[in-house]
Amino acid sequence: MVDRIADIWGTRTPYARDALWPVRVDQALAEGVTEADVDHWVQSACVLCSNGCACDIAVKDGAMVGIRGRAQDLVNHGRLGPKGLFASWQGVSHRDRLTRPLVRENGELVECDWDTAMNRIVDRSRQLLRERGPLSHGFYTSGQLFLEEYYALAIIGKAGIGTPHMDGNTRLCTATAAAAMKESFGSDGQPGSYTDIDSCDAMFLYGHNMAETQTVLWARVLDRIAGPDRPEVVCVDPRETEVARHADIHLAVRPGTNMALMNALIHEVLANGWIDEEYVQAHTMGLEQLKATVERWTPERAAETCDVRAADIRAAARIFGTSDRVLSTVLQGFYQSAQATAASCQVNNLHLLRGMLGRPGCGILQMNGQPTAQNNRECGADGDLSAFRNWENPDHVEELARLWDVDSLTIPHWAPPTHAMQIFRYAEQGSIELLWISATNPAVSMPDLPRIRKILAKPELFLVVQDLYLTETAQVADVVLPAAGWGEKTGTFTNVNRTVHLSDKAVDPPGEARSDLDIFLDYSRRMGFTTLHGTPLLDWAGPEDGFEAWKECTRGRPCDYTGISYERLRGGSGIPWPCNEEHPDGTVRLYGDGVFPTDPDYCETYGHDLLTGATTGPEAFRASAPGGRAILKAADYSPPHEEPDDEYPMRYTTGRTAYHFHTRTKTGRSRQLVHAAPSAWVELNPVDAERLGVGEGDIVRVTSRRGRIEVPARICDIRPNTVFAPFHYGYWDHGGSPDGHPTAANELTLTEWDPVSKQPVFKNAAVKVEKIAEATGTAPAPTTTASRPTKGGKAVTPTVGGREAEATELFGTAPPPRFPDAINPGAYELASVRSGRRSLGEGGGSES
Amino acid sequence: MNLSIYLGMLHKAETTLAESFVQVADGHASEPDIHFLCHTLAQQCQAHTRRLQPIVERYGEDSSDDEPERLHADGLSSTRQGPVGLLRDLQDLYLLASLVDVSWTMVKQAGSALRDRELLDVISQCEGETSVQLRWLQTRMKQAAPQALIAAR
Repeated sequence: MVDRIADIWGTRTPYARDALWPVRVDQALAEGVTEADVDHWVQSACVLCSNGCACDIAVKDGAMVGIRGRAQDLVNHGRLGPKGLFASWQGVSHRDRLTRPLVRENGELVECDWDTAMNRIVDRSRQLLRERGPLSHGFYTSGQLFLEEYYALAIIGKAGIGTPHMDGNTRLCTATAAAAMKESFGSDGQPGSYTDIDSCDAMFLYGHNMAETQTVLWARVLDRIAGPDRPEVVCVDPRETEVARHADIHLAVRPGTNMALMNALIHEVLANGWIDEEYVQAHTMGLEQLKATVERWTPERAAETCDVRAADIRAAARIFGTSDRVLSTVLQGFYQSAQATAASCQVNNLHLLRGMLGRPGCGILQMNGQPTAQNNRECGADGDLSAFRNWENPDHVEELARLWDVDSLTIPHWAPPTHAMQIFRYAEQGSIELLWISATNPAVSMPDLPRIRKILAKPELFLVVQDLYLTETAQVADVVLPAAGWGEKTGTFTNVNRTVHLSDKAVDPPGEARSDLDIFLDYSRRMGFTTLHGTPLLDWAGPEDGFEAWKECTRGRPCDYTGISYERLRGGSGIPWPCNEEHPDGTVRLYGDGVFPTDPDYCETYGHDLLTGATTGPEAFRASAPGGRAILKAADYSPPHEEPDDEYPMRYTTGRTAYHFHTRTKTGRSRQLVHAAPSAWVELNPVDAERLGVGEGDIVRVTSRRGRIEVPARICDIRPNTVFAPFHYGYWDHGGSPDGHPTAANELTLTEWDPVSKQPVFKNAAVKVEKIAEATGTAPAPTTTASRPTKGGKAVTPTVGGREAEATELFGTAPPPRFPDAINPGAYELASVRSGRRSLGEGGGSES
Repeated sequence: MNLSIYLGMLHKAETTLAESFVQVADGHASEPDIHFLCHTLAQQCQAHTRRLQPIVERYGEDSSDDEPERLHADGLSSTRQGPVGLLRDLQDLYLLASLVDVSWTMVKQAGSALRDRELLDVISQCEGETSVQLRWLQTRMKQAAPQALIAAR
């Protein structure tokens, strides 16, 4: 047994380059439950980060009692992270769950039946459509629903109501991943595969604290690092993260300066002639513009802007330029920072310049933050047209109109879809009068919370909230709908590397809670949305109907699901799309042939100017004749819009900890995780702390132009003059409001977004810090992560989980899954029996 | 040579556009994208006038144009309020940027005929940015128009 709070990544299983990642099956059962007690196991995948670890849920007496990683799955080879082990079923099986709908009566939320709640929504919705039209409706959804639910919502929004005001909180987490891939390759679609970790010689992690955001993926990296031929690791992050601690080069850039660094890396790759001329010539366009843009960005110049050593920039560029196989991963340090899309496009550019795409070990993983963010993007619950269709292409709009059997004029396509921040602006101005929020908590997760709280509380705004719990957002709703959670409903979802998993229903939801899909279908039915032929717009009986409908929507598109079925997803590994007649077992990597989806008739976008977000438009794009070539998008560095000054002299950045997900609605209900990271803190560098007279655990007030937080300080190895706060800590477990004791990182962040991806800038603001009280203990920050205290500082009790955080690890119970055998369970089981016997015979099976 | 007249017009138009971008940036500070981007674009316009300076010094800058002004483009003296006001202000910026754009084109025509490489270099740096400014304004207006014209209170 292993304490998986103390040991986040579990026991090492080292492996060499091009070998298969060994299986390790992680399992945690409820206190007092043994494997023999389990009635049955139900197949699923974890929804507590974007990694998509396949798992089986243990069920006993109609309740979820445990979880186990699936050995046969290509994503995780049996492993699970602490959040999956301790907050998956524990995060939904909690007494706080909403079990009945609530409506606001005389200012109070009171319980009611479904008819009352739904009729109230439908009455208001009908009245607004009649009096104000479709633009009065806005929908703000999640990165945590299932594919079928997003697709239903997208159809309701686009073909039922006809509003462009639909987005997900994926705007906050993954919009830049999508935008960067659209700009460079013509469409969303992850080029790389997790198996590129197995084969690479070097890894670049750009603003990606993988050790905490995707712990199982990081375990895979650690196993390569522990192996005989470890890859070189380059980390770009202002914090001393676990990734930085394992890195050969750590570029701790000043927040807001990523673009300067990227232009310098490209400058070096070009200057040293490390480019694949033939590939660039055949498969890309825009080299001259890129060359001209990076010309001035010598390492020395970038070093000054970013406050890192020029020698380190050169060394990093040399690793990129001279390694045979490079894998790059990108996340919030780029996506939530200034020039997000521009900087993320430069990662794509580096790979294009070296022709490093579509081969083992040569990949890009533009990561997602949430488990089902990919489906939100595919289905168009983020406002995009479904299945990566192009809103500027009338033929694509017609295709959808035919598919849904509606008038193409109903489908909003006169402008880009309205992004989340603009939806809230319209609500603020009163032109969106019905806002329906599902499975997300903007009252904690959006920037500039004082403003967001005011908008949500506007009496003129009719607010519908659909969630598992009475979140900070639900508390101010007019109607609250109790939703079924993970394990209580069936559906599919797709992870970062395009792998589709099925999550089967294991138990009934509590009380009268219903699946999000049922709620959307019910709304559509009550609203009477119909096709041109007069039949119901959404006539699905359940999720599998939704999946079959989705398959038709994806036919011939980059995200082709037509070769996948619920049946195929049961028993074996998840399947990476595209999966169709041409690729019957799915596709591990995209773009191996160097052909990109930039054909003007096929592409998802005609592209944007990276500085302003101006659309290129169909004529100009067509005239550039991309013809399947990737586009080397360039932009100069522009400084962040809020820089430190005399009044607010320090830089502020926000992020995550390994033990929590989002606003803790699930992880905050797990004893083990709460124990590991119970409450908010901020991180300061020892030099700054000394200057400010702040010691470990002292209470500080951090103030920006928007607001303030008051939390204990952890003295750690973050870069100088930079303050970090985790964004998880809202108020649902402390009376529901910040009154007198503000802790949410977003009290301080500013309302600003990337011009292309529209992702808010959470990682740069100017703040001041002052001590307001003496420490009563050390800061409640984990010691196992980036918040580890600095050496030589005050002694801090190490983060451990104790007996209740123990999980089983089983080694060598099966050979590692490999593509495509793992996709076809029958074939796989045969192989498994054969080699399993051999491996057991060799004493491979052991339990720790 | 009358090129000096057009250089004067161009200089004035860029200056007016820069001031108007600042006006809109500050007048619509509650629209964060417009606020930040209009400040950036104002700086772009100022950079254009700086790049134009050596050319102006060579050819002179003549405001003695005796053609009567029929269409006045004075820039924005103040900003309007609300969603329709925003749309109108962006549209005013669009007209001012169009004036800049077409003036660059005319100066480019003259520069080509004069075989003035220095002038053509300046134009190649600036006219692309002006055309992106126009595209951005159009992108943003197209986004704002339906809500402003149909749903706004």
